[in-house]
Amino acid sequence: MGHKASDIEARLIVGFETHVQLATNTKLFCGCAVAFGETPNSRMCPVCLGLPGALPVMNRRAFDFAVLTGLALGCKISVHTKWDRKSYYYPDLPKNYQISQYDLPLAHDGAFEIPSEGGSKRVGIIRAHLEEDAGKNLHDQGDYSLVDLNRAGTPLLEIVTRPEINSPDEAYVYCTELQRLVTYLGVSHGVMQKGQMRFEPNINVEITAGGQTFRTPISEVKNLNSFRSVRGAVEFEFRRQVQDWLADHDYQFKKRPNENRGWDDERGVTVFQREKEAAHDYRYFPDPDLVPVEVDTAWLNGVRESLPELPLARRMRFELQYGVTADDAATLVADRETADCFESAAERAGAPQTTAKQFLNVWSRFANDRGVSVGRLAVSAERMGELAAMVDQRVVSATAANQIAERMMSSSDEPRQLAESMGLVTVADEGQLDSWVAGVFAGNEKAVKDAIANPKKTQAAVGFLRGQVMKASGGKADPRLAGDKIEARLAAMRAG
Amino acid sequence: MARESKIDESLVRHVAHLSRLALTDDEITRMTGELSAIVGYIDQLGELDTADVPPTAHALPVHNVFREDEVTPSFDSDTALSNAPQREGTFFRVPKILDTGDGA
Repeated sequence: MGHKASDIEARLIVGFETHVQLATNTKLFCGCAVAFGETPNSRMCPVCLGLPGALPVMNRRAFDFAVLTGLALGCKISVHTKWDRKSYYYPDLPKNYQISQYDLPLAHDGAFEIPSEGGSKRVGIIRAHLEEDAGKNLHDQGDYSLVDLNRAGTPLLEIVTRPEINSPDEAYVYCTELQRLVTYLGVSHGVMQKGQMRFEPNINVEITAGGQTFRTPISEVKNLNSFRSVRGAVEFEFRRQVQDWLADHDYQFKKRPNENRGWDDERGVTVFQREKEAAHDYRYFPDPDLVPVEVDTAWLNGVRESLPELPLARRMRFELQYGVTADDAATLVADRETADCFESAAERAGAPQTTAKQFLNVWSRFANDRGVSVGRLAVSAERMGELAAMVDQRVVSATAANQIAERMMSSSDEPRQLAESMGLVTVADEGQLDSWVAGVFAGNEKAVKDAIANPKKTQAAVGFLRGQVMKASGGKADPRLAGDKIEARLAAMRAG
Repeated sequence: MARESKIDESLVRHVAHLSRLALTDDEITRMTGELSAIVGYIDQLGELDTADVPPTAHALPVHNVFREDEVTPSFDSDTALSNAPQREGTFFRVPKILDTGDGA
């Protein structure tokens, strides 16, 4: 015994439990509006207050959203599911039980494909089930607590993966991709700041030393609500568990208890909360107030038909179809509106490459400045496509197009009209081009001389002359025709 | 196939703890007797031959009862709080929550 850090190999093992708040108008079992930041205890009714005699009724949209997500995660959808009561006593849970799904989750045994170095990786999904959220406790009140039950009854989809994530980066990617998926499907707004996605990684480490394999106890980090904290917590736990094992080789699964830990964002560490010695005694049993759900083939097919092309598949198609890089494809498929907008614009333009360039360089900059996605900019896909087509047809230069795009943000005029009114339509008129070129040659004798007689400097000098012609034309000269004119004049001078 | 459900004092103490009930020793003794009688009564169901009866989670032959995702009026917060022993503003005020570590 007595292994040192240099003697061992450590492999990180992470599985996730994630709570995703579904984007319904109302709670899971009653018609109270799903609220955030409202007056405390103003979104309550007999059902979500747990008053005697009140009967819960299932929200159809929440169930459909859950099935859609299950299908997108490659899960099997249970033909028969039911609702169970999970009993525990906590003031944010007014009924003293949570309605959840215990042994018959509505979706199970799937796989979620996430981008990974040089391709993709499949993360197994054990199950996904619906349950209701609890209310909120405010603990910082001295010797008592305050409770706001507005959130109680909000629909949550809990998604549980297999322990198949093996690095902090993969953990980060899993979480960001899951957010992308649920927002893409429209089943959740996925707003982290509002707690609409809460991640709980279960982390341990497999250590190989001296031909033997050891596993550390599992720690579950509770309620992470930012991607950064997920990566931080997983990185920290990886290091900590290896160090704890090095300090005490009995720090092993089953020899030491599993733990719940919390993330301290300021210090960047996880903090011990409690040991998970006793199995929870939740006394699950079927909720007699709710009837089971039977999903038949017709229903399932209906939901399946509403399943869109998924983000990763769409990204890969963009790479092939539009010839963009993997990173650029990821930007274009950042969200569904942007991807849809890009495809309509590219189709309208008949010029996908130019459209892609404008999306990546121009429109995404405007979108970032305004804190929205490109698909939400107040410029229609048709007008974006038209602008790209104008560049492709050399009606305007790429530089001029950027100026026009900026104007399009505040004007509803067609891009072609704007190009004209802004005086940015490319000039292809021979006489005009000749006159700009002649003027530039007369004013830049040294560059002309280099271009003709100094082979080392020819290329740079020609580039300079082109730039000067564009400048003299106020960016309006047709760049290719201007280039041809310059070459022709230089050739004549060399011959001459 | 009757399965004997054994209610003893330690089980009653455990359930009382999970339910956050403070019972005296006398109450524990009484509850143990009463609960044993109730559970014993229910256990008579075990005498039935249910070999050919499919398991069910529900007594009614009903399934797929849904409502549309449409907002209905909620209580105003004063109404919601009207049964609360203590309140502060529009919050329920409750004794400080202590995590006993048993998840219950």
